[in-house]
Amino acid sequence: MEAAMGLMRRIPPKHTETALSALLSLMPNHSSDLLAQVDQPLQVLCDVECGKEFILCEYNRDADSYRSPWSNIYHPPLEDGSLPSLRLRELEVEANDIFAIYRDQYYEGGISSVYMWEDDNEGFVACFLIKKDGSKTGQGRRGYLEEGAWDAIHVIEVGPEDENNNYRLTSTVMLSLTTDNESSGTFSLSGSIRRQACSIRISSQFMNNMNMRLSVADGHLSNMGKMIEEMESKLRNSLDQVYFGKTREMVCTLRPPSEVSQMRMPES
Amino acid sequence: MAEEEEESELSDKHKVEIAKWFLLNSPPGEIKYVAKDVKSILNNDDLYNEAASEAFPIYNKSHSISLQMANRSGDVLVTSFGELEGNAFLEPRTAQVAIVDHVKQVCTDVRPATDEELASAYVEEFRCNMDVEVLKYVEEAYPKGVCSVYCINGKDVESPGSNFELAVVISAARHSPQNFCNGSWSSVWNIEFKYDQQEVEVKGKMQVGAHYFEEGNVQLDAKHECKDTILFQAPEECAVAITSIIRHHETEYFASLEASYLNLSDSTFKVTPVMSSAFLHSKLRMWYFCEDLRRKLPVTRTLFPWNNTLQFSLTRDISKELGIGK
Repeated sequence: MEAAMGLMRRIPPKHTETALSALLSLMPNHSSDLLAQVDQPLQVLCDVECGKEFILCEYNRDADSYRSPWSNIYHPPLEDGSLPSLRLRELEVEANDIFAIYRDQYYEGGISSVYMWEDDNEGFVACFLIKKDGSKTGQGRRGYLEEGAWDAIHVIEVGPEDENNNYRLTSTVMLSLTTDNESSGTFSLSGSIRRQACSIRISSQFMNNMNMRLSVADGHLSNMGKMIEEMESKLRNSLDQVYFGKTREMVCTLRPPSEVSQMRMPES
Repeated sequence: MAEEEEESELSDKHKVEIAKWFLLNSPPGEIKYVAKDVKSILNNDDLYNEAASEAFPIYNKSHSISLQMANRSGDVLVTSFGELEGNAFLEPRTAQVAIVDHVKQVCTDVRPATDEELASAYVEEFRCNMDVEVLKYVEEAYPKGVCSVYCINGKDVESPGSNFELAVVISAARHSPQNFCNGSWSSVWNIEFKYDQQEVEVKGKMQVGAHYFEEGNVQLDAKHECKDTILFQAPEECAVAITSIIRHHETEYFASLEASYLNLSDSTFKVTPVMSSAFLHSKLRMWYFCEDLRRKLPVTRTLFPWNNTLQFSLTRDISKELGIGK
């Protein structure tokens, strides 16, 4: 498993799907570990009930069917596919509605889906997914990108309801963009990063700056939403500033900009 | 379970193919690390060795890796242009042949090149002049650059009258695994000396890759091709003119890469008159890098009002009732 994760750290992010299916066929005994630990680009299906698209992932899959968050129905139809409890389904419906507004404000398009399910220790897990196609042919408003994709996966484990339970967020963003023009050829950047965050839910008078503590009074949805919003901004910044910046630095190391090389010339 | 059946179905041939795929898709300078993981996953030395023996030569050549020659007389580039029988690679500058162990990525032996392996005196004059000029340029431009000039067609042409072709390969790599960063540059310039047309056609393919993997995996992959023509001249003049073409295109390309990094931002920003300072301009444009995918701030320019989401539900209900919802 360690070797498999090592490979996933090196294989170009745009080949993630191929790499994962290759690993699955080489290591069938680890398939559940692989599927849980390797994030893959999100796929989309259309809900035949309401004509809206929803996102597929491990968390809304049962056998070969996927549950739509809009109609709560499995596609293709599945007779006894597992469903969240009524109470949780209510929260899921509300989360989908609100998250769609959040998504629209940040992504100006894209698709989002939220899935929730009970976990074994009396808490629950929520998975928030966003997929945005920013390519020329997709929803890229400025038409600058030949190809542009942003997939975000946020999984929040919510502890059982007592005084000091907590939220554990694991987020992955996968991003790829390509520009292509005659004068500069193809330029493609792709990346994937995953981060975790925890926060403790306590009553608001104990809020402090050390931890991102979320007040219980605000309710689950706004607690989770705030965590996701902060995390997405952080990941976007890291990718943009740090990760892309590092590859740019590498290009400058391979061939220093001309001013620098001219300055160095007398020494050599 | 079904999973166990699948395991037995996967043939050895298929496993070797998968292993090769991983090896060939290794980022610059990382095939050895990938190989270690592939070996441990396959858990079968025979299959691994088969995959490695097929994948390493292809990887080494496509990345134009450079190896120190066994007699420490310089570096040899592993390229298809210099490839001879039996893992041997020609190093035209010193007229030597390096024997290469692909999987270990080392040069194990060096012998002098035979006359048949080298170009005729006539072609060699063009090649040698080219080599001198390109070497000067590469030493200037690439801190870790290695270059080689090969005759790839018409090496037996003895005197003016026939066509021949040279290839210039420039390769530069930076590996710094301790900083989680690797990168490589390679360019291949095909230079066709067309005697009948009295011109020289220059075709270039440039490629740059970079990988940053500290707690993530981000890769740059960029390619570009270009073409130019000059008059057929004496060897020295040709060498100077062609090298200046190469220098020009490669400089332009690096500038365009830099521009791509900046331009992958909000293109509407360019028309904003407030941005006068070039520094400020580029700094701000970097912020808009991914704006087409996810905005830095919502369209409302304020953080999402999670505390007030009830408001959305109410607005939605009202819109529904009034029939103005989507």
